[in-house]
Amino acid sequence: MKHLACAVTAACLASTMAVAGGHAKSVTLGIALGFTGPAESLAEPMARGAELAIKEVNASGALLDNATISIVRADSTCVDAAAAAAAAERLVSSERVDSIIGGLCSGATISMLQNVAMPKGVVLFSPSATSPALSTLEDNGFFFRASPSDARQGQVISEILMEKGHRSIAMTYTNNDYGKGLADSIQTNFVAAGGKVTINTPHEDGKGDYGAEVGALAQAGGDILVVVGYLDQGGKGIIQSALDAGAFDQFFLPDAMIGDSLVQAIGPDLNGAIGSVPGTDSDGATTFAKLATADGFESGPYSPESYDAAALTLLAMQAANSKDPKVFKDKVFDVANAPGEKIFPGELGKALTILKNGGEIDYVGATAVELIGGGESAGSYREILIKDGQITTVRYR
Amino acid sequence: MDLINALTLLGNFLIVPGLTYGSQLALGALGVTLVYSVLRFSNFAHGETMAFGAMLTILVTWGFQHLGISISPLPTALLALPFGIFGTVLFTLFIDRTVYAYHRARKASPIVFLIVSIGVMFVMGGLIRFVIGPNDQVFFDGTRFLLSAREFRQMTGLAEGLAIRMTQVVTVVTAMIIVVALFWFLNHTRTGKSMRAYADNENLALLSGINPQRVVFITWVLVAALATIAGTLYGLDKSFKPFVYMQLLLPIFASAIVGGVGNPVGAIAGGYVIAFSELILTFAYKKVLQYLAPEGVVVDSLMQILGTDYKIAVSFIILVIVLVVRPTGLFQGKTL
Repeated sequence: MKHLACAVTAACLASTMAVAGGHAKSVTLGIALGFTGPAESLAEPMARGAELAIKEVNASGALLDNATISIVRADSTCVDAAAAAAAAERLVSSERVDSIIGGLCSGATISMLQNVAMPKGVVLFSPSATSPALSTLEDNGFFFRASPSDARQGQVISEILMEKGHRSIAMTYTNNDYGKGLADSIQTNFVAAGGKVTINTPHEDGKGDYGAEVGALAQAGGDILVVVGYLDQGGKGIIQSALDAGAFDQFFLPDAMIGDSLVQAIGPDLNGAIGSVPGTDSDGATTFAKLATADGFESGPYSPESYDAAALTLLAMQAANSKDPKVFKDKVFDVANAPGEKIFPGELGKALTILKNGGEIDYVGATAVELIGGGESAGSYREILIKDGQITTVRYR
Repeated sequence: MDLINALTLLGNFLIVPGLTYGSQLALGALGVTLVYSVLRFSNFAHGETMAFGAMLTILVTWGFQHLGISISPLPTALLALPFGIFGTVLFTLFIDRTVYAYHRARKASPIVFLIVSIGVMFVMGGLIRFVIGPNDQVFFDGTRFLLSAREFRQMTGLAEGLAIRMTQVVTVVTAMIIVVALFWFLNHTRTGKSMRAYADNENLALLSGINPQRVVFITWVLVAALATIAGTLYGLDKSFKPFVYMQLLLPIFASAIVGGVGNPVGAIAGGYVIAFSELILTFAYKKVLQYLAPEGVVVDSLMQILGTDYKIAVSFIILVIVLVVRPTGLFQGKTL
C-alpha cells in the first residue's frame, strides 16, 4: 500500500515538475561531508572520489542537453547535527544545488535528511552512513546510500558464524550508536538462525584494564567471542585480556576491528580469528583505484562509494531526462540495478549515451553497488581470516 | 573435582588479578599517605606523578630495547626503572622548590595545598601528553606467561585454566620488597625515625633539632620512587595510557582513606580491600556456582551483583561508607 501511495504521489509530482526541469544547461551538485571532526581524514579522499565521477561526466558532455556540472563543497561535520543541517540549508537555499552527495557520519546525515533534504525535496545520497536507523526513517524517497546498513552486516556476521559451526557466542560492544546498533543486529539475526547469545554487554573505550569485563564474558561462556569494538581502543584491550586469562581463543572481528595494527599488537594468538569488512572482488574496485591514482589522490575508505553516489545521481538525472530531484529520484533504482548493460568506473560517458538512446544500464561501479530496500547498497562483505599474522580473504558475500 | 574447578576459576579471575591490582593500589596509596602524613596535604598530582615516572621508564626502556639490552625473561622495564625513578625524583623536587615550597613558607592551609596540587596535576598531565602523547604505549617484553591457562589445563587435566603472567608475579614480588624496605627504613633508620617524628608533631621535632628541609627532601624522594614503581608496574601489567592514571586516583585515595590516611600499614591493607571489593562485587559467578550446584541444577543467570561498568563506583561507595562510619579508617589514621 505504501509503495502504491508513493508511486502515485511521485507520478503526480513528476507530471507537474517535468516541464520545469527538463532542458537544463547546467547542473549544480553539493558535496556535504565531514571535512572537520572525528572523521575528517576520510572526507578529502571521499570528496575527490565524488568529484572524479563528476569530472568524467563533464568531460563526456553527454549529460542532458550537454549540461555542465558545477560543484559546491560544504562541511557537514560528523557529530554536530545543527552544523550539518545549516550546511545543507546553505547548499539548497543559497547555492541552489540540484542534489547533495553526503553526509559522512550517520548522525549528521539524519539531521540533513530530516531538516533539509526531505522538507525541501532534494535528493541526499550518502556514501558512508551505515546506521540501521536510516533504513526505516521516513524519507519520501529522497534518501539513498551507497553503503550497506549495519543491519546487513549483522546478517552477514550471523551467517558466517553459523557456517563455521558456532552455536553459542559471547558478545561485547563499544558503548555507542555504532556498537549497540551492530551488536543488536547480530544478536537478532543469530538468535533467529537458532544460535544462542550467552551475553551481550557493553564496554567503555579508553580503560587500562578489561579484566573485569572479560571475567563476566568468560563466565557466560560461548564458542567464540564477538568483539564489536574499535581496533585501537577497547576492542584490543578485551582481546588481550581474554587471551591472557585463557577465557577465549576464538574471536570474531567486525569491520571496525579489522586492521594491521591489531594483528601486530596481539601477535600470533590472533591467528584463526575470523571477521567481516565491507569489500568487493569486482573489477570496478581496481579500476577505480587506478583512476584515482591517475587523478592524483589515493583511494581511501568510502571513496569508491562516493564515486558511485555521484555517478548514480547523474545517471538517474540522465535516465529521467531531468535534473529535478522529485523526478530523477525514481530513476535511481533503474540505473543501479539489472537489467541493462553493466557499467564500470570510467564508463560513465558510455552509460550516458546508452540512456540517452533509451537503453538500459546496470551500474556496477566501484563497489558492485546493488540497491535494495529503501535505497541502500545491498553491501558485499569480505569474509576474512587471520592467518600467520596476515589478514587473508576467505570469500566475498 | 568440581570444587577444584570452581576454585581454579576464582583463582584465575579473582585472586590473581586481585593480588596484582591490590599491590599496584597499595604502592600508589603509600605515596599518597606519605605526603599526607609528612607534608600534610592530599596530593592530587599523585596519579600524574605515576604516569610521569612510567613515561620516563618507558622512554629509557625503548632506548635499552633499541640497544639490544635485555634481562629476559624479565621485562627490560625493570632495568630502566632506576633511571625513571631518578628522573621523577628530580622533577618532583623541582616542583616542590618552585611551587610547594612557596606555600610551605607561608604556612598555607592544607586546602590551599590540595588546590595547588590539582594545578600541578594538570600541568604534569599536559607535559606527559606533550612528550609521549595520549595513546597506548607498549613497552612490555620478556616472557609473557609463567603459566598459561592452556598449560595449566594440560598439566592438571582440569576443565578450567589458571593463568599467571610474568607481570603479575613481578608486580606482587616488587611490591613486597618495596614495602618491607620502606618499613625497615621508617622504623630502623635515623632518617626514617626523624620523618615519623616530624609527621607526629612538627614543633616538637623542630625543637629536637630535626632539619625540616631534609625531611621534606627525603619524603619527595620516597614518594617519587613509589609513584614511579607503581606507575610502571601498572603500565607493564595492564597498559600505559596517560588518561588511565587520572582515573586511578579515586581507587588510590579510597585505599589510603579506607586503611587510615597517614598510616602506611593501612595504605597497604586499603589497597587490597579496594581491589578485592571491586572484583568481588562485579564478578559474574555463573560458572563457579554451576560447579558447586548439585547435579541437575542449571544456573541460568550470570549471577553478577553489579555490572562491570560500576567497578569505579564500588571504590566510591566504600570511600563514602568509611568516611561516614569510621573516618579514621581501619588502622586508625588521621581524619581528613
